[in-house]
This record gives sequence, structure tokens and C-alpha cells, in this order.
Amino acid sequence: MSTETVASSLSSDQLLAAYRKMRTIREFEERLHVEIQTGEIPGFTHLYSGQEAIAVGVCAHLGVTDYIVSTHRGHGHCIAKGCDVPAMMHEIYGRAAGLCKGKGGSMHIADFSKGMLGANAIVGGGPPIAVGAAIACRNRGDGTVAVAFAGDGSCNQGTVFEAMNLAVVLKVPTIFIYENNGYSEHTGVDYAVGSKDIAGRAAAFGMPVEKVDGTDFHAVYAAMGRALAHARAGHGPFAIEAVATRFYGHFEGDPQLYRAKDEVKRQRESMDCLSIFRRTAAAHGLSDAALDAIDAEVLDLIERSVTEARQAPPPAESELTTDVYVAY
Amino acid sequence: MTQKTMRDAINDALHLEMARNPNIIVLGEDVSGGAGGTSGQREASGGIFGVTKGLLPKFGEHRVIDTPISESAIIGAAAGAALAGLRPVAELMFADFVGVSLDQLFNQMAKFRYMFGGRTTCPAVVRLAMGAGMNMGAQHSQTIYPLLTSVPGLKVVIPSNAYDAKGLMLTALRGDDPVMFFEHKALYPRKGEVPDGDYTIPFGEAALVREGEHVTVVAIARMVVFAEKAIDAVHKDGITCDLIDPRTTSPLDLDTILESVENTGRLVIVDESPPRCSVAADIAAQVASQGFRFLKAPIGLVTAPHTPVPFARELERAYVPSPQRIEAAIRKVMQE
Repeated sequence: MSTETVASSLSSDQLLAAYRKMRTIREFEERLHVEIQTGEIPGFTHLYSGQEAIAVGVCAHLGVTDYIVSTHRGHGHCIAKGCDVPAMMHEIYGRAAGLCKGKGGSMHIADFSKGMLGANAIVGGGPPIAVGAAIACRNRGDGTVAVAFAGDGSCNQGTVFEAMNLAVVLKVPTIFIYENNGYSEHTGVDYAVGSKDIAGRAAAFGMPVEKVDGTDFHAVYAAMGRALAHARAGHGPFAIEAVATRFYGHFEGDPQLYRAKDEVKRQRESMDCLSIFRRTAAAHGLSDAALDAIDAEVLDLIERSVTEARQAPPPAESELTTDVYVAY
Repeated sequence: MTQKTMRDAINDALHLEMARNPNIIVLGEDVSGGAGGTSGQREASGGIFGVTKGLLPKFGEHRVIDTPISESAIIGAAAGAALAGLRPVAELMFADFVGVSLDQLFNQMAKFRYMFGGRTTCPAVVRLAMGAGMNMGAQHSQTIYPLLTSVPGLKVVIPSNAYDAKGLMLTALRGDDPVMFFEHKALYPRKGEVPDGDYTIPFGEAALVREGEHVTVVAIARMVVFAEKAIDAVHKDGITCDLIDPRTTSPLDLDTILESVENTGRLVIVDESPPRCSVAADIAAQVASQGFRFLKAPIGLVTAPHTPVPFARELERAYVPSPQRIEAAIRKVMQE
């Protein structure tokens, strides 16, 4: 695994924007972790804390006409791709003003105006959809790409194998991002991935692969740059395995009995992508003051999002039967 | 008007609409065939049933896409392409293969619009060749449409003849919802009058194939052909029937069925699928619920048995509802 920090080709403004995205994801998730205890948020929630550098490092390259498909752990991808944060919070609270009118929830956030084709609660459900979107990209011939975020758990799904093969066969611009956070639900990757080599599997399908430190924004960003150049040039799919960890359980409420007692504490000290980013910030010309200011603004945004969402009205009951079909 | 097979009628619709709309793509196993073969001949197949013939030479490899045998990826790619602005027509080959792609159909394609608050459409058409009668065995012969008819978000189209097949396919290709288009294999070679030009048949409008006084017969796909034979047979004894072909099971034109039952007071439903949770059972339940007062006799159900489709000729013949069984059912409701 590459752990070296590469020199960034990003401007200070771009780096600050990336930091803002990562911090927004972190605070969004940390606040959800707290708010979920109140019982006001319905359903299942899977937090992305710890993996922020992956979503942001990847999406920092993408425009609104590029597509992503996401996973059940999708809040980070949504924010990184530019989804409106208060509208996301509304959605997670099941409110009418949510991005999906409160009909999707945490696991089904989408924003088509941002090229975000949907979080997906079926593990391995997304990659075939990304290949389809990539066919549209190729046929348009405008250099756009489709990115499939997928977890280490999904890499054992047949749909993912089928999607990788189809992307190679059709040579369409799909970029597979395997986020290896160490656990498939409550089961370790070392157990569930027979070959113990996710990147190797992708390579076996006939596409270039990189394995990167998913806690290092710069490493993810650099690898994604190479993936994108490959895909945009019409050379077909590319895969990146990004290794990180999640600071919370599979879902909120998961007692995490499968993790050593001090594992998360140690990982928060050594594998926190935000701390790692800040450590090299000065070398990239970023001041602590600028980063602190972003932290404060992000906290305000999250506070406002939660306050608004808590007070917002739910969808009208008449919404129950709308949006099933365009016309029936 | 030209005499055309149902196979050619569907092929006609695809040619017509692909020429009109550059966003339509066709993908599936061997939709063209020949890629990677040693003969160098492209379009070595044109679809295993010949329905996609001539599309590759005309529209090229970016729009007519041969895929590996990967049904989940075919359906998933169709779903994703539809979200991204294309109008894919995915061929699943045998309808039985729905089993290996079901998640992409009923968890993905069917639910996108609803889950995402109506902020997207998924205009994909999935073509599924179905039906027993060709001794293809249990995994290549089912009429699995009841399963998909039960899924909110999907539309289900089941033509019984060449004319309807073309008009319904053109409607499918111009709509904005995912459509499951079932084609009975035994109907592919059957000819009918088919206009060369453009016409559409709306979904949710049943066809009144025959008009009569005594019994309402509802039949789907190949069963329409068998029901006509049965209706001819009972006609000799002065029994006349309405024959209703729903053409689409989702949406279902229940009004036409109820109106007919109001006139006849007797209902026979013919469905090639096994009886439990079937379209026959569904129609019977809805008529019983909304039109019980019209009924002079218990509803007659003519279906396949609750078994997989058998292989041996004799067994398969016994599996598929026959004109004789339909005739017997009509006579039985007349005796009540």
C-alpha cells in the first residue's frame, strides 16, 4: 500500500474545498450519531466517518455530468458529489423537503441534478448500474465517466463480478472504487475475501488497478486522477482499492462485538483522514486559521440542518401513492 | 397492411423506433451474436429468436450491444443507462432467467422513481421470451409474468398476436416507466395483419377479441388462441362468449372485465401459469370483490398445475391448458 503523500496538483482553494467536504461529512455523521440516540430519526443509518478522504478524493475530480452510484453507507458520497446538505438531513429525518421527499431515507438518497444516481441498500447492487451509466457516457462521447462506489463486502457479490467483466468487454468508462474498511457488516475482510486481495480480483478482470491508503486524501486524489485519465481517454474501466476504517459500527446501534476493545480508539488516533490532512496542510500552503474557519462554518451548517429537519413537516399522506409510475 | 409474424412485428417496432430515437439501445446475449467468433461474421444470430435481426448493421455496436451471459449486469446496465438518459431494451432471452437478475428488476429498476421521490425516470424495456410447448424443460418454459405483475413500479405487457405486439412495443419504447415485455415463444411464428407504419396501443386497455352473451372468457398470450378454439366449439351449441385479452397485466383493465361479467354473469379465466398467486387468481379475486353480485356461477379457472413445466411431450401437453379444458370450463359455468 502506498502511504507516501504525493505533491498536490490542487490549488489552495481546491484543497480548502476538499477539506470543507471532508469536514462536512465528518460533522454530518458525528451529529447523526448523537441525534440517532434521541429516537427522532427513523430506520437504519450507516455512518461514513473515517472514510471521508475516499469519497472526497474521488469526487474532487468529477463534474456534475459525471455519474456516481453509491452504497448503503452513502452520506459521504452524496456530500462529496455536491448534494445539498440540509436537504439530505431532511431526507434522513423522513421529511417532505428531503432530497427524495422523504420516500428514500438514509439508504436511498439521490440527486440527479448532481449526477448522483442513488445510494443503494443492496450490497453489490450499484456496480451494474454504473456500467449502464457508463454506456450512456460512452455513447454521448463527451468524456464523462461513471463511478461505482462499492465496499469490501460487495466485492464478494456476483453482480460486482458481472459488472466488472461487462465494463471490460464493452470498454466503457467505469471506475470501480472499492472501499475496504475492514469489515463486511460484522465479519472481517480477512475472513470474507477468500483471496484477501480485492485489488487483485479487479485486475483479474482485465483492468488497471491501484491500491491506495484511503486515509490519505492526496493519495486517493492522485490515484483517481490516473483512473480518470485512463477512462476519459476511452481505454475502459479502472479500479481503485482504498483502505481505511469506519469509526462506527456497520449500522448505528451495532455493538461491534467483533472489534477489539481499543481498536476504534487506536484507529481514530492513527487513521483519521482529517488529522492526516491537517498534518500536511501547512506544507500545501494552508493556514490553520483557514481550516479552523471552515470547521466553524461546517458546524453551523450541520446545526442549521438538524434544527430545520427536526421541525420540518413529514410528507403528506397523499404522497404514499405518487411517484410509483410516470403514468399508469 | 402486410401479413407478418409476431417475431417480425416486434422487430419492425424496434427498427422503427431506433431510427426515430437515437437514445434507444438494445443489449443482451446474442442480440447480434458473432462477436469474437472465428467466422468473422457479425450478426451471426440477430437474437436467439431472431427478434433483433438487422439492428446491428443498421445502428452499429454502440447501440446494439452483445453482452456476456450476465443477466444481473444486463438488467443493471439497462437500469443505469435509463437513469443516465438512454432508453435501453434489454433482452433476457428466456423469461426463466429472471431468477438470476431479479434484484436488478424488483429492487432497482422498479423502485428508483419511488425511492428517489419522483425525481427520475427509468425508461427501460426488458424483453422476456416465455411459455411452454416446445419441450424446453422446467428452466426454459415458464410464464413467469405473475411474479413481475405483483411488483409496483413495473409495467407488464403480454401480447397475444403480431398486431398487438408491434403497437404495444412502440408504446413501451415511448413511455417513461420500466416495462417487462413478455413474448410467448409459440406465438413468434404466428402471422397476422400488421401495418407497416407507426401505431401504438395504450397500456391498460384490454382487447375484446370476441363478443357474446353467456360467458366472459379472459385469456392471456397463447391462451387467447386456445380460447378462440374453445369458444368456436361451444358456439355450435348456442353458447356465445366475450373473449377479453388484457394485453397488459400491469396496468390491468379490470373495468372491461367487470362490464363484460355484468352482462354475462359467468367468468372463465385462462392462464398458462401455475394457479397460486397468479394473474388468474388476481383477476378472480378482484371480480369476486367488486363484481360478486353479477356472478351466476363460481368463477372458472383454467391454469397450469402447481408444478414446474415438465419435459416429456405427453406431460407438457397435459401441463398447458388446452382448448378442450377451456371448453369444459365454459360448459361447466353454464351448468351452474
